[in-house]
Amino acid sequence: MEFLTAYLTANNIIFFILAAIILVFGFLSVTTTKILRAATYLFFVLFAIAGLYLLLTYEFIAAVQLSVYAGGIVVLLVFAILLVKNLGEETEKVSCQKKLVSAIAAISGVVISLVTLFGFGFQNNESADELTANVNMETIGHTLMGVEKYQYLLPFEAASVFLLACIIGSVVVATNLKKEDKK
Amino acid sequence: MDYTVLLLAIPFLMFLLLGLVGQKLGPKMAGILGTAGLSVVTVLAYYVAYSYFLNKGLTLNGVLESAVNGDGSWKALTSFNFTWLDLSNANRPDLRIEIGMLFDPISVMMLVVITTVSLMVHIYSIGYMHGEEGFERYYSILSLFSFAMLGLVVATNIFQMYIFWELVGVSSFLLIGFYYKKPSAVKAAKKAFIVTRFADMFFLVGILILSYYTKTFSFEQINGDHAALVHTTMGGLTFMGCSVTAIALTLIFLGGAGKSAMFPFQIWLPDAMEGPTPSSALIHAATMVVAGVYLVARLFPVYFFEATSVLTFIAYVGAFTSLFAALIACTQTDIKRVLAFSTISQIAYMMVALGVSGYASAHEAGLGFTASMWHLFTHAMFKALLFMCAGAIIHAVHSNEMDDMGNMRKYLPITHWTFLIACFAIAGIPPFSGFFSKDEILTAAFESNMIIYVCQAFVAGLTAFYMFRLYFRIFWYNEPTFHHTPHEAPKSMTIPLIVLAAFTCVGGFIPFSEFITAESIGYEIEMNTTIATISVVVALIGIAIATFMYKKQNEWPDKVTAIFKNFYVWAYHRFYIDEVYLFITNKIIFGIICTFIAWFDRHIIDGFMNLLAWTTNLVSDETKEVQSGSVQQYAWVFIMGVVTIVALALYL
Amino acid sequence: MNVPVEFYLVLSTLLFFIGVYGFIVRKNLIGILMSIELILNAVNINFVVFNRFLFPEKLEGYMYGLFVIIVAAAETAVAIAIIINVYRNMKNIDVDSIKELKN
Repeated sequence: MEFLTAYLTANNIIFFILAAIILVFGFLSVTTTKILRAATYLFFVLFAIAGLYLLLTYEFIAAVQLSVYAGGIVVLLVFAILLVKNLGEETEKVSCQKKLVSAIAAISGVVISLVTLFGFGFQNNESADELTANVNMETIGHTLMGVEKYQYLLPFEAASVFLLACIIGSVVVATNLKKEDKK
Repeated sequence: MDYTVLLLAIPFLMFLLLGLVGQKLGPKMAGILGTAGLSVVTVLAYYVAYSYFLNKGLTLNGVLESAVNGDGSWKALTSFNFTWLDLSNANRPDLRIEIGMLFDPISVMMLVVITTVSLMVHIYSIGYMHGEEGFERYYSILSLFSFAMLGLVVATNIFQMYIFWELVGVSSFLLIGFYYKKPSAVKAAKKAFIVTRFADMFFLVGILILSYYTKTFSFEQINGDHAALVHTTMGGLTFMGCSVTAIALTLIFLGGAGKSAMFPFQIWLPDAMEGPTPSSALIHAATMVVAGVYLVARLFPVYFFEATSVLTFIAYVGAFTSLFAALIACTQTDIKRVLAFSTISQIAYMMVALGVSGYASAHEAGLGFTASMWHLFTHAMFKALLFMCAGAIIHAVHSNEMDDMGNMRKYLPITHWTFLIACFAIAGIPPFSGFFSKDEILTAAFESNMIIYVCQAFVAGLTAFYMFRLYFRIFWYNEPTFHHTPHEAPKSMTIPLIVLAAFTCVGGFIPFSEFITAESIGYEIEMNTTIATISVVVALIGIAIATFMYKKQNEWPDKVTAIFKNFYVWAYHRFYIDEVYLFITNKIIFGIICTFIAWFDRHIIDGFMNLLAWTTNLVSDETKEVQSGSVQQYAWVFIMGVVTIVALALYL
Repeated sequence: MNVPVEFYLVLSTLLFFIGVYGFIVRKNLIGILMSIELILNAVNINFVVFNRFLFPEKLEGYMYGLFVIIVAAAETAVAIAIIINVYRNMKNIDVDSIKELKN
């Protein structure tokens, strides 16, 4: 019972719920045979991860997670799935051998990572508990737009150029294709 | 390097030209080009011979060099001699393979022989080979042969000689197999090549033994000063009770025996008659087959001073071969085969002469050497003539068999007369050339070894018999039913016949002993009237018997055959030597030794190779999966690799 | 009292290898793409958590997390464009049947 009382704080309960959602739906999303369902499960996972960020009091990144991932990427994926014929109903047949081989890789990776993780012996930083205050939006804005040390204007600009390039690239791929189709 | 190099360069370039673009030039152009090229070479060779022998001086590299030493002996001149492969070091400063041109009495004499016969053959072939498929190829190989043979005789060192020796072997192979669509020609070419090659192996081993001790290849150093170098380096060395010098020289002689078709290597020469007749005249009668004689003559000082026993051995081998071949020649019915055996017999004569020869010029001790070279010269002329006549006859009746011929003197008058001259020459009737050279050989044999002399005198009689048997069977006898009336050969064929007949008539009056002697010092030969009379009488008896038996068809040949029934059958089948060879090669070598080797090759060697291939195949079949191009598989390997490395790095 | 850092790390580890499992086992390209999203999110959790617990006064990991999301978005957009392109050309998006590039 001491164990339970020690861990049954509000934070922990929320964490466990979120963790359960992430793991269960994550697992379902890679194992389900229907691709549209997989996208839905992925959506839940991403949603729960946003909750995790909130638990860590990082609201801004949680918001970005929600808007970009849940709002953008998953919608994009669903569109793609619907554009590609019949995939929603199509079932994937994966051989047992392949499943086993993949599972071996995944499980051995998990084992080695967890062994290392627990062997490391983290000492929880007590001061982190005290920092419950939200990260100020102003700070984030300055960090993104500043050019000092620990400020990120250059990556920010690079990312914006990168996004532009991706948009153009996608458009080019699409236009070329249409021309070929007409022929 | 000066004009003398053209002697080799022109035939070689002609070979390349005709061989590479002959097809484009067409047969007529190829024939004219080849003949023209060789005419230039012939003129050059005659010029060299004229300056060397008669002017006693040769202009080499712009300098007039005297061909005579202070004491009146002939001097060997070298026009150039460049190092082809340098094998020298501090221990053996002179061991290098050189290519050069050496002019001394025998090489200059050979130049004349080769170019004369070769030119006649070139001219003759224009008519004889007219319209044959592969005419350009034929001329190109003839040029190659002329090049190789000239290179052989002017060799400055024994290794150069060996190189050209193999080259003449190759061109001989190509010419025997000229009608490569005929299985028998292919077989004959293979036989000739393998047999001579087998003998050449001994030659090479002999060269290596000789050069291992003397540390040089150069003839000048080996022969110089009465073979003193061989004496100091090899004298007294023995191997299993035999003198090493004798072993080396015997091996070298075996090489020469292979080329010159001495017993027991004579089996290839009769089959070599499958080649075009003019090429037989050139290669298998006049020039290449005397290479063995030339080789022994080249190394004669070494043979004489360091291995007299080998010389005696050569004499006996020669005597036996000449008798053996002459007996077979009496029974053959294919006219080219008769001539082939006659060639073997006559070359054996030359070998005998070398074998019984002494060295010094004084008191005619070195008579055998002179006689051998003289006979080489005269034989080249009259045997080439005989072959060319045979070619003209075959050209007229399209058959090699005596039964298809007879009474042809009416149809081929020029051939008839030239053939008769050649027959008189080979039989040894004065004043034709063969009489003089053969007489000297018999004199030399008489003075050295009675057994050999009797044997050779008997062979001389046999020679006269079988040659006149051939003559009467072709030109007299009964007229068979011809497919069409035989006609005289065209001018291009008869002119060479007349030229060679002229050489045959006058060849005996050349004072050979002034020019070519073992010691290089000229001397006068005095005719030994007793021996000359005996040999002429023997020859006349042979001719008389032949006339009696073959001038008109009668029952005597059959009667004689009946008397010597078994012997005749044996001789007709060439004493079954070919069968013995076949037995040895097929039954013993192929059947017993090679079966095991073939099994070993097939199962162990091939098996090992197959195992390698099979293993490689298996491994690659398995490992090619690794590079499948599937990203997922790569990811799996990547993850497992990382896991493994982490595990190893952190926990081991 | 806060959630111990190990909990987060265990969660991200498990999510990461779920993604790896999906990447290897999935046959169609969109499935693989989704697995990659899972992997990226697992890594993202790590970035944020380490930032939160080790250097709460700085925003290093935070910014990394942001940029990873941006890059993921871009990557997904391009990937989906390519997938649709492939589908139009080959009427199929199974990795096993797309072998044109191999040769």
